[in-house]
Amino acid sequence: MRCYVGVDLGSTTTKAVVLGEDGRILGRGITNSRANYDLAADVARTEAFVTARFGLLRREVQRSAGDARLSALLRAFRLEQTLAQLQRLAAALHAEIDHAVAPALRQGTHDAIDEIIDRSRQEEEQVFLLPDPPLRSDFFRDVAGSTFSRLAEELANRDGASFDLLLGLYDKCIIQVENTPLELGFHDHIGAALARIGDPPEVRAGVQAATAMAFDAAVTCGTGYGRARLPFPKEWIRSEILCHGLGAHAMFPRTRTVLDIGGQDTKAIQVDGEGIVTSFQMNDRCAAGCGRYLGYIADEMNIGLHELGPIAEQSTRKVRINSTCTVFAGAELRERLGVGERREDILAGLHRAVILRAMSLLARSGGIEDEFTFTGGVANNPAAVQALRELVEENYGRRTLNISPASIYTGALGAAIFALRVDRPGAELDTGGGEA
Amino acid sequence: MKDRSMLLQKEMIAEHFRRLEAAPQTGEKVVYTFVPGNLTELIRSFGALPLLPEINALQSGMRGKSKGYIAEAEKAGHSADVCTYVKADIGMMMSGNIGPTGTKLPPPDLLLLSYTGCYTFMKWFELLREKYQCPTVFLQIPYQGDGTLLPEHRDYVVEQLRQDVIPALEKVTGRPYDEARLRELLALSARAEDDLVAVLHSAKQKPSPIDSYFGGVYYIGPIFSAFRGTPEGVEYYQALREEVEERAAAGEGPMTPSGRLDDQQFRLVVEGPPNWTSFNQFWEMFSDEGAVVVASTYTKVGGTYDFGFRHDPADPLGTLADYCGGCYTNHNLPGRIDMLVEYVRQYQADGFLINSVKSCNSFSAGQLLILREVEKRTGIPGGFIESDLVDPRYFSAANIKNRLESYFQMLRERRRAGGQAASPAAPPAAGRAP
Repeated sequence: MRCYVGVDLGSTTTKAVVLGEDGRILGRGITNSRANYDLAADVARTEAFVTARFGLLRREVQRSAGDARLSALLRAFRLEQTLAQLQRLAAALHAEIDHAVAPALRQGTHDAIDEIIDRSRQEEEQVFLLPDPPLRSDFFRDVAGSTFSRLAEELANRDGASFDLLLGLYDKCIIQVENTPLELGFHDHIGAALARIGDPPEVRAGVQAATAMAFDAAVTCGTGYGRARLPFPKEWIRSEILCHGLGAHAMFPRTRTVLDIGGQDTKAIQVDGEGIVTSFQMNDRCAAGCGRYLGYIADEMNIGLHELGPIAEQSTRKVRINSTCTVFAGAELRERLGVGERREDILAGLHRAVILRAMSLLARSGGIEDEFTFTGGVANNPAAVQALRELVEENYGRRTLNISPASIYTGALGAAIFALRVDRPGAELDTGGGEA
Repeated sequence: MKDRSMLLQKEMIAEHFRRLEAAPQTGEKVVYTFVPGNLTELIRSFGALPLLPEINALQSGMRGKSKGYIAEAEKAGHSADVCTYVKADIGMMMSGNIGPTGTKLPPPDLLLLSYTGCYTFMKWFELLREKYQCPTVFLQIPYQGDGTLLPEHRDYVVEQLRQDVIPALEKVTGRPYDEARLRELLALSARAEDDLVAVLHSAKQKPSPIDSYFGGVYYIGPIFSAFRGTPEGVEYYQALREEVEERAAAGEGPMTPSGRLDDQQFRLVVEGPPNWTSFNQFWEMFSDEGAVVVASTYTKVGGTYDFGFRHDPADPLGTLADYCGGCYTNHNLPGRIDMLVEYVRQYQADGFLINSVKSCNSFSAGQLLILREVEKRTGIPGGFIESDLVDPRYFSAANIKNRLESYFQMLRERRRAGGQAASPAAPPAAGRAP
């Protein structure tokens, strides 16, 4: 099948979208960005083809195999991927112990690591068996890291290895694991996943068809912060401004203004009826008001990034925060906590401060026209969305605010459409869209 | 191989700085003054030499010295928000006052401030007066708040020239005012101005034989600094005009950091000063994309000759008043917008870009409004980037390149959608998916 790929190499996450010749989205993939840009792009692309093959499989056998079985297969596949990565992590950890840990501590540290990896593996298998598994990060480094740190705390000093030593080993080795290619594709794990759910014949038939399909990626366009590093011809590299504009247009064709808040930049974009950018503004020199700012706050508060929004939503009285400098934010936060402000109220104020920065960029780019589409990782944060709704209404009156559940893929989708247009100029698109 | 005009300019400037260095020995008097509203013919008619601090500051930026000078000035208490031209100049002064060509700069015998819209210039000279304890003369040019210089404004300037500026120059140089000499020099200015305008207008051609911003700042060098009303200035602009006309006749583009730019993808109008500390890198971000600047406002801060003004020997003081009033910095926002719109139309530009510099409030205030208005009136999309004059800390190459790339791609996409331009050939396909 001829297809087109868009890769968005962001500062925090790398995304890929695969389109068919008709412009329909076949698959999406995401991974955390890392020092090795090529590998990050490769992992996201592999993931996008994994979901494309699962999509094929679903179309093929959904009726005969049923949703529940297909979901179980997908989860089994994810489990196999995780186990393969755990195995790689274990090997890296043991090698690092032999290399860097004092001889007297080596055996004890090997033992502790063996137990941590073993129990991590068991926990993963148990999560797989849960009927209603908890919502977790998509990234191996987060999932493995949180289990590792919990178990390391429990096992620290038992065999001589301190908590700091264990965590230091993890920090070093996870980087190695992430920056070394690992087979995580459909073909690598689908067999084991199928066996894990009992190899039902109805599913097996679909798996065979999905495995046999040859995807021919005719053009791959790259965008995002690290796009210049992608090994593509210059003509296949597009600025993220253009890609977000076009991606938002594909999701919501009546979009005229796009706000994208990513990891380290915020973009306010105006587009015409064809999704072509007519004007834009970006933050300059300073990452305050971006996703990274919220990440920093989460670190300061020692909570997960995804918890920030829900906590802020519980606020009854927003604290007014004037400084949105990321570096000063920690000090401001501690000072507010020190004078007895509630955590949720401070967080609500911080979210508003982030959105205020975005409002200034929007004004500079030409205001907010109807419809208004919000994209990027921060669009998944309910408190940020709430603050945006309020400020848009205050400043511009009522606007239709579009947020797609797949908003994080907007840039990659735009890049994929550009890829398709390189090959088939003037192609009509049917990229689906999201829900308003 | 360097063009003859470039060699000439280099020699002229080197010679000028040699004379400045020797001035304390030769007895030539030195007048510090600023580019917008400079009265070079008048200064030279008294046999004095002009020295322009902001030219030294930008030269320090281009030669990688401004960072250290700015640090010196900040140590002495000048805040991060002060114009970086001022700090580069003060820092240079504190570091021994060695000028851009490596010669020592003389102290001023007179500070001649011609006030044409930049309040910072006034503060700058206050600092220099404090340091040098020398005479100062202040020529106040009425701001073109209503978009024109009225006859009474003109009279007011002429009156100040007679009452204040000429007596100050007479006192410092010990020479009487010589109007016949001034007329001779003004006639030389007008000749050079004719040639400069021919050079600027050449950008109306396709391809343009010049870059009117990155190349333009070199072209205006002599006429904006010390060489108005000099035979060297006349010779330089003749040579430059000949070279440009040769290129135009041959259908050649200008030399750029990416080589000769014959294949011009984008014709731009640019508002705002360039960045000097990464000048070539900045230019390359344009030339690599095939972008040529066909008109710019920065090259009009020392005079808007392309709109018809010439120094007129028949009315020596009146013409200096007209000149001062017409400098770009003395125009109000609607006047600046009109000029930009005119440029977009006359030069058939595809794009309009603002480089907003942190240092310069007189340039930067209102630029977003300018952007929107020019977009509205011309229908072409504007771009906006931010940097600084000579403080390298405010030139973020990755961010600027990102914006410029996005801007050029936006222009290309819009053009493609409008059906004007052919899409570039698709590169050979493609790897297989995993």
